Amino acid sequence: MKRIVLAEIAHARSGDKGDGSNVGLIAYSSRGYEILCSEVTAERVKEHFSSICRGKVIRYEVPNLLALNFILHDSLGGGGTESVITDAQGKTHAQGMLQMEIDVPDDFESKRPAAVRGTMQV
Amino acid sequence: MASSVRIGNGQGFWGDSVDAPIRLLRGGPIDYITMDYLAEVTMSIMQRQKVRNPERGYATDFVRFVDEVFPEVSERGIRIVANAGGVNTQACRDRVLDAARRHGVKDMKIGTVAGDDILNRLQELRDAGEKFTNMETGEGLFDQEREILAANVYMPTDGVVQALDQGAQIVITGRCTDPGLVLAPILHEFKWKGYDAVALGTIAGHILECGAQATGGNFTRWWEVPHMADIGYPIAEVSADGGVVITKHEGRGGLVTVDTVSEQLLYEMGNPTNYITPDCVVDFTSIQIAQDGPNRVRVSGVRGAAPTETLKVSISYLAGYKAVGQLVVSGPDAHAKAKLCAEIVWDRLKMAGVTFDQTHQEFLGVGVVHEGIVAAPEQPPEVVLRLAVKDSNRAKVDRFGKEIAPLVTSGPPGVTGFAGGRPKPQEIVAYWPALMGRDRVTPEVSVVEVGS
Repeated sequence: MKRIVLAEIAHARSGDKGDGSNVGLIAYSSRGYEILCSEVTAERVKEHFSSICRGKVIRYEVPNLLALNFILHDSLGGGGTESVITDAQGKTHAQGMLQMEIDVPDDFESKRPAAVRGTMQV
Repeated sequence: MASSVRIGNGQGFWGDSVDAPIRLLRGGPIDYITMDYLAEVTMSIMQRQKVRNPERGYATDFVRFVDEVFPEVSERGIRIVANAGGVNTQACRDRVLDAARRHGVKDMKIGTVAGDDILNRLQELRDAGEKFTNMETGEGLFDQEREILAANVYMPTDGVVQALDQGAQIVITGRCTDPGLVLAPILHEFKWKGYDAVALGTIAGHILECGAQATGGNFTRWWEVPHMADIGYPIAEVSADGGVVITKHEGRGGLVTVDTVSEQLLYEMGNPTNYITPDCVVDFTSIQIAQDGPNRVRVSGVRGAAPTETLKVSISYLAGYKAVGQLVVSGPDAHAKAKLCAEIVWDRLKMAGVTFDQTHQEFLGVGVVHEGIVAAPEQPPEVVLRLAVKDSNRAKVDRFGKEIAPLVTSGPPGVTGFAGGRPKPQEIVAYWPALMGRDRVTPEVSVVEVGS
């Protein structure tokens, strides 16, 4: 097994959903989707966002888009217009999700360049 | 009936680029332009404006937009659907008519769709048995006294379709769903029947509703998106036989791929098998998307079901006041100095006898938005200290605003970036989502001709 960040096998987008956020996580391949399904459980996501998400994490599967959809309840400091935190709409949660580390088989070839992890030059 | 139409969305949200709809209009072939102006908080602002001046309460940006593009719109026969009416569709329509006359436009019909504003009907609806239970908290709206600022129903698309059927070239609506702005022209053009078809049109609208987010904006692999400065806004190419292709004008920046479109499909998604709109319920696990040439993505296979018996109501009420202030603290020891600054502010306010319902502090630059995910740098060159308070007492929130600037001279060294004056108290407009019986509202459709 080797350890990679999610950004090497998936892309993502997030936004607000009531007092929580949603993170749509999309695999680059069918094999990547299977890995997401087994590795990126609601429990792991809750742990990854433990300082941000104060409520439950719910996971939905969207296999036709090779995607998982996560709802991070109570993660916006009170929700939409009432919140005073910087990211009151969960816009950055997708980028946070993609930094999660998971184990993949040694022969798994990640599709994406290393640029996924802060190697972009200014 | 045209065999296919191109519908573009030039305004993804209230505050989106003012040039985007103009570029969409002038950048290539287009039949319909849709524009979304209404955020949840917008309706309460517009209600306030209308109270002060009965001629206000709509999106004035929209009137400026049509004033600028009237000659082309008239000449090319482009139709516009916008929820610019806010809480005063008639006033918005009247200003658009004024602009049309100034441009010497004749024979153009302008439509309005209202009926969504139930602020003045709340008591009547309460008497009829509606409780407006909060969909998230389960509380009843009338359980305690509240200063309700706005109440609007997300209306089904029928009203806009009727206005288009009656020949309106510009349709101004109040609250409707964002995807509905795109669905309405499709239903008007092709008279599609069945919930799968309505669901397909809804998905086209869902993909377009946030503007450039479908064409490379907010895309994970941002470094692959060409010329973002001139990002093309999304266009749905819809054909009578049920074909839907998402694209953008040729020659514009941006990117339309399976990846950019998939990200937008999942945006603000809840349960994917149960996406509820006033027009249908969509199953997102049925959607097939495929690349159909450069910057073209085909959407198919969408399954839908009949809508629910209820409609969603967006209610907003006053929930106190807030203020946010920030300062920049330089290194060395930026984080430690910023922490001291925060302590000083709270201590000084306490010494002045001022406490708050809620306080909040952030040290931007040491891991705020990804707290617990990314390790904080040991010596950030600078830190942005961001302080916020919430309270039901406006005077206390105002007092907080006076305690930021003094830190520059009476705190640790290297504190700067105090600009824009003292933070002012802002009203907190809280959002109350509820459901209501579908049969309680009817769209009020009116179509008038310029010059009549």
